[in-house]
Amino acid sequence: MATLSTHPDCVPVVSYRFGKGATSIDRYLELEGYEATRKALTLGPDGIINEMKASNLRGRGGAGFPTGLKWSFVPKQSAKPKYVLVNGDESEPGTCKDRLIFEHDPHSVIEGTIIAGLSVQAKMGFIYLRGEYRYLLEITEKAVAQAYAKGFLGKNIFGSGIDFDIVTQTGAGAYEVGEESALMESLEGKRGIPRIRPPFPAVVGLYGGPTIINNAETIATVPHIFRMGGAEYAKLGTERNGGTRLFCLSGHIERPGVYELPMGYNLRKMIYEVGGGIPNGKKLKAVVPGGASTPALTADEIDIGMDFDQVGKAGSMLGSGGVVVLDETTCMVEFALRTMKFYAHESCGWCIPCREGTDWLKKSLTRIHEGGGVDKDIVNIRYLAENMLGRTFCPLGDAAAMPTIAFVQKFRKEFEDHLEGRGCPYRRVREPEPALV
Amino acid sequence: MSTQPSQPAALFSPALAARFDQFVTLYPVKRSALVPMLLYAQDETGYLSDAVIAEVAERVGVSELEVRNVISYYSLLRTRPAGKFHVQVCTNISCMLRGGNEILEHCKKKLGVPNKGVTSDGVFSLEEVECIGACSWAPAAQVNYDFHENLTPESIDRVLADYRGRAGK
Ligand SMILES: Cc1cc2nc3c(=O)[nH]c(=O)nc-3n(C[C@H](O)[C@H](O)[C@H](O)COP(=O)(O)O)c2cc1C
Ligand code: SF4
Ligand code: FES
Repeated sequence: MATLSTHPDCVPVVSYRFGKGATSIDRYLELEGYEATRKALTLGPDGIINEMKASNLRGRGGAGFPTGLKWSFVPKQSAKPKYVLVNGDESEPGTCKDRLIFEHDPHSVIEGTIIAGLSVQAKMGFIYLRGEYRYLLEITEKAVAQAYAKGFLGKNIFGSGIDFDIVTQTGAGAYEVGEESALMESLEGKRGIPRIRPPFPAVVGLYGGPTIINNAETIATVPHIFRMGGAEYAKLGTERNGGTRLFCLSGHIERPGVYELPMGYNLRKMIYEVGGGIPNGKKLKAVVPGGASTPALTADEIDIGMDFDQVGKAGSMLGSGGVVVLDETTCMVEFALRTMKFYAHESCGWCIPCREGTDWLKKSLTRIHEGGGVDKDIVNIRYLAENMLGRTFCPLGDAAAMPTIAFVQKFRKEFEDHLEGRGCPYRRVREPEPALV
Repeated sequence: MSTQPSQPAALFSPALAARFDQFVTLYPVKRSALVPMLLYAQDETGYLSDAVIAEVAERVGVSELEVRNVISYYSLLRTRPAGKFHVQVCTNISCMLRGGNEILEHCKKKLGVPNKGVTSDGVFSLEEVECIGACSWAPAAQVNYDFHENLTPESIDRVLADYRGRAGK
C-alpha cells in the first residue's frame, strides 16, 4: 500500500528488496536473504561488532548513536538473560519510513534481530510495532512463522547449535512508548513511564537483563552491512555517518515520499531536485529536518549535508529522517502551536517541567495565535521552554522545548504580528488548499 | 440471547480465547501479554467493558485496578463503545500542511458529530488523532486499521460512503 519513491540520486540499500515480493521467504532467499546471518554466524560476537563498527552505522531512531558501539556496551557475562528489542513504535510526526520496511521487507528486520542477538549472545528478540500498524504486525508475524518453519528461528538456528526466538508485540497508541525505557515498560505490560538512567538498557534493560534496543530501520540495515561488508557500507555516506537512510519528505513539496539517499545528501537538493521543489511557485519558509522534535531551519540555512554532524552543527538534528517542508504561506505560530499540542497530548505526566510546561506553552501559543497575546507572552514562551531543557525526566521534554525555542528565535516577527488583538495574519492571505491528487 | 446464570456466555470467541491462552506463554512474564490482549479483546468486543477487564486481569494475573491504569495510558484503548467504523483523522504537522484540518471539519459535517462523537446509528465515530505514519501521503486517516491517504474532501466522501455501504453486513 505504501510505496517507496525514487530519484536518480537514490541509493537502494535498506530498500534494495522493496517492491520485489520479499515478504515471502522464498523470494527473500533468492535476493541474498539470510546470507548475512550465515556470515554473522561464522564471525562470532566480536567479529560482528567489529563489522558493525566499521560500517559507521548510526541509530535511525533519532539520536544517531553509533550502533556497533551500543552493542559493545552489553556485558559478555550476565546472570540475567539478554534481549534484543526492535523499536517499531514510529510516532515522531513527519516520520513514515519504518512502515515501508515492515511492509516490503520484514525478513530484513528478522535477520537484523538475529544478528544483533548473536553479537551479544542473546536468545530472544522482540519486535514492537505501534498499535496502529496492525497490517504490518500481520505481515511480520507471517514472516516470523516462515523463518521458524525454515529453522532460521527457534532451536539450533541454521544448524549452529544456537537458539534464538522472536516474539512480535503490538503497542496500543502512545508516542512516549517510542522512548526506549518507556518501550521496555510497555513490553512488560505497564504504562509507558520512562525509567531513570543509568543504568542504561545495555546493562539493565528488559526484564532486568542487558538489552540491545534499536530502531527498526537500524536493525533492517544490519543484514545489508553483512551482505556488502561494513567498510563498503560506510563509504556510501560521510565521515562517521555511514551508509544511506530513508528520508520522508512531506508538507509543501511537489513530490512527497520516502526516498533512500546517502547520508550527507544536500538538503537544498533534497527539497528542490529529489522532492521537485515547492508547489504553486511558492517560496520556501522553513524546513523541519528530522521530525517534529527537531528545530526548524530557515530557507537560508538549507545548504547543509544531511548527516548527524552537519545538521547538528547547523543547530538542529537529523533525528528520525522526517523532512517537513513549509512554504511562505505557513503561519509559524500555528505550526508551533500544533507541534506543542502534540507534545502536551503525549506527555506522560510523570515529571512536572514537561507535564506543566507543555500545557502552559500550548495555552500561550493558543492565545497568541488567536490574537489575545501580549509582548510578554513571547518572552514567557522562550523562558518556559529554555527552563524545560535538560530538566525533564526523559527527552520528550527537550523534544517539546527545542523546536519551540527555534520558532520564537527565528520567526519572532511572526509572533509579534499576531499581538494586540490582530490574530493570525495568515488566515486572511491563505489561498484555498490546492487540490491534492 | 439469554444465558443460564450459572453458565455465563463466553466473552471471547474460541479462536481469541485460544490465542490468549498462547499469549501468556510467549514472554518471560505473563504480564507482557496485557497490552496486546486488551487491544485484541477490544477489536472483538468493541470496547473494554467491566467484564472484559475482569477476565483479562484474571488471565494475566494482575488486579483490575492495574488493568485500568494501563488502559488509561494508551490512546487506542477505550472503555466506551465507538462506532462500527472508527474514523481517525490526522491533523499533525505534515497533514495540517496539506489540509488535514479541512478533512477533519469535513468529516464532522458529513457525519454530524463532533470530535470523539459517535453517530446515532452507531455506524461511525470520529476522532482527531496524532501522526499515524502516513506523513508523505498526507493528509491521511485511518478507519479502524485501514489507511486512507492523499485525501481530499471528495475522496473521504467516497471512503465514508463505502463503509456506510458495508455497515449492514
Ligand atoms: C519521546 C521519544 C519518542 C521516541 N520515539 C521513537 C520511535 O518511535 N521509534 C524509535 O525508533 N525511536 C524512538 N525514540 C528514540 C529511542 O528512545 C531510542 O533512542 C531508539 O529507539 C534507539 O535506536 P537507534 O539507536 O537505532 O536509533 C524516541 C525517543 C523519545 C525521547
Ligand atoms: S519528560 Fe514528559 S514524557 Fe518524559 S517523563 Fe517527563 S512527563 Fe513523561
Ligand atoms: S503527520 Fe499526519 S500522518 Fe504523520
